[in-house]
Amino acid sequence: MTTKEITIQTEPFVVNIGPVHPSTHGVFRMRTTLDGEVIVNMDPVFGYLHRGIEKLAEERTYGGCVPLTDRLDYLASMSNNMAYCLAVEKLAGIPVPERAEYIRVIMAELQRIASHLIAVGSFLNDCGAFMTPIVYMIREREKILDLFDMVCGQRLTYNYMRVGGVSQDLPEEFVPALKKFLKEMPGWINEYDRLLKQNEILLARSKGVGILTREMAINISASGPLLRGSGVEWDIRRADPYSIYDRFEFDIPTGTAGDCYDRYRVKVEEMRQSLRILEQALEGLPAGEVRSEVPHLVRPPAGEAYSHIEAPRGDLGFYLVSDGSIAPYRFHVRAPTLINLTALNDMMRGWKVADLIIIFGSIDICLAEVDR
Amino acid sequence: MVMQMLPPDWPGNVWAHWGIFTVVILVFILLSVMAFIWFERRAMAIMQSRLGPNRAGPFGLFQPVADSLKVLIKEDIVPSRADKLVHWLAPVVAFVPVMMVFAVVPFQGGALLADLNVGILYVVAISSVTTLGVFMAGWASNNKYSLIGAMRQIASVVSYEIPVVLSLVGVILLAGSLSLQQIVMAQDIPFILVQPLGFLLFFIGALAEINRAPFDLMEADSEIVAGFNIEYSGMKFGLFFLAEYAEALVVAALVTTLFLGGWRGPLLPDWLWFLVKVGAVFFVIVWIRTTVPRVRIDQLMALAWKFLFPLALINLLVTAVEILVWPDVSLWLLVPVNFAVMIVLVLLWSKLFKLGWGRVNV
Repeated sequence: MTTKEITIQTEPFVVNIGPVHPSTHGVFRMRTTLDGEVIVNMDPVFGYLHRGIEKLAEERTYGGCVPLTDRLDYLASMSNNMAYCLAVEKLAGIPVPERAEYIRVIMAELQRIASHLIAVGSFLNDCGAFMTPIVYMIREREKILDLFDMVCGQRLTYNYMRVGGVSQDLPEEFVPALKKFLKEMPGWINEYDRLLKQNEILLARSKGVGILTREMAINISASGPLLRGSGVEWDIRRADPYSIYDRFEFDIPTGTAGDCYDRYRVKVEEMRQSLRILEQALEGLPAGEVRSEVPHLVRPPAGEAYSHIEAPRGDLGFYLVSDGSIAPYRFHVRAPTLINLTALNDMMRGWKVADLIIIFGSIDICLAEVDR
Repeated sequence: MVMQMLPPDWPGNVWAHWGIFTVVILVFILLSVMAFIWFERRAMAIMQSRLGPNRAGPFGLFQPVADSLKVLIKEDIVPSRADKLVHWLAPVVAFVPVMMVFAVVPFQGGALLADLNVGILYVVAISSVTTLGVFMAGWASNNKYSLIGAMRQIASVVSYEIPVVLSLVGVILLAGSLSLQQIVMAQDIPFILVQPLGFLLFFIGALAEINRAPFDLMEADSEIVAGFNIEYSGMKFGLFFLAEYAEALVVAALVTTLFLGGWRGPLLPDWLWFLVKVGAVFFVIVWIRTTVPRVRIDQLMALAWKFLFPLALINLLVTAVEILVWPDVSLWLLVPVNFAVMIVLVLLWSKLFKLGWGRVNV
């Protein structure tokens, strides 16, 4: 009997993941070249959510740009508001009352917790934990949204901060509600840890997957949990303190391996640190005005200013150029997630389709911010 | 042959028997699948601190009815470059075998369509045909996601069929028969106590074969969207959906029959015991689905070949030796022995496999 040698010809094939796909967290397209299940190459295609916000802002007054910033990273609108207002205040030299600074910090940290809850929840959803983690985390995020609702009447796009302060003072019921939240939240975070931290399948799926080395993270100028997960202790709140962050005590959690698991752990630890900051801020909350005297139409002197903050997703910066008129001459956003996304191709090459999704999920992007 | 197994009060005619049980099986499958869908959605909702379907009828009980009506009246879309015939045939090929499996599952003593003396073999053989339907669907859809899903399905079924069948052999040895009816008769104590390792391996393997979490890679909605059935709509999709839940029903019925003592139990009527046990097994399946993330394809393979396969072989060996050495000993004496064997083996293998507290190195 003769044996016939059979060679099966294989070739890589291109799969379009997105723009409409449940795990792209928006409308993002990955033109992925696959060899079987293994990723050979990945071309990101963005721009599906481009709304021309930077150009729109040039037609609006400085105060009128705040709602636009809400629509950048809609999961962290408060942080966007804050970063933008800081930039305008720097440009025009507007002072901010003490109480407003504290309120801003409280809002920004609450927003960080809310944003990380969604990030961790959807990361686990990408891992295939069917709905349970994200529903648990949305349950807690809901309580933060209730707090925001109390303050400004909005639940997603807050438009709360103003140039020179915040739009209105905290209502009476806010502080007790926040205290109650601060008392309950650590228990919930512990509950997530009990359920997930040592979960065998989660460990198997995320440990050692999608490694971003320390050097590479610095080279691509990554920021936020992605950078800290790679072991770089870099947090704008500490490295370049803005607002009143130099008054608070908190740690900067970092990872060691730079894999998906570390990024997930960093986010969970950051929630704990945010709770610490919130407690201190609540303790020191002074009485007084919440907004300094600012003319209705701010006319900053001609010049430029750049201000950045540690947003939940990383180093969020606003670059404003003024020509002395009531509208910014140039309004540029340094979106952390766009820059973090550039690491994607290097991180996922050689991994499998299932890993692509969780690596992408662990970067925690918000497409509205990437595309602007 | 069939006649001899029947209780005297059943219709004395073979064709009447066939007709009655075909109707019973069809109704049973359709109703329990609907009940399962409702139950899964409600149970999962409670576990996830949601409400679940609660609008259609009391406690949302009519939600599956509404869903199936919707599926029935939806437009059937066939992709323009699909293989039309195969695309049409695939849901049928996937669904029919699942129904056929129930021909040998006893609902209570003697109440089954055909008491085949090769019952288990029949179940194993027939239920594998579903894979063919799934692959046909994945291939004919002319969609890359569905192709990936179908490939995963083939890979996992080929791997998991072996440990599943091997873990069943222990049961067959104990019962001394391949007939499901005889196996239930032999279970004076449920075989889950005598064959704990066999149960564990069978359950894990079966979960992988029917694409339930944590092995639902073939239709991983967060990765390949819906896998093989992405290009299906209308009742064709409905058939796949039906087949998927009917498979879960098959697994629950098989676990009940082979390991939990089938219809046997005190106080309650036999058929009710059967339903209660099936429901309990299905609850465990749902419970697992809400609790754990999904494994990756290579980890799935590694689990089959490095963990389940060797353990299934050892389990078979241990059972065979026990039966040879102590042929007349009471089964109760084997219970502690086999539990000890299971615990030692699973712990040992976890160490070897680094499944313990570390991560899977594959």
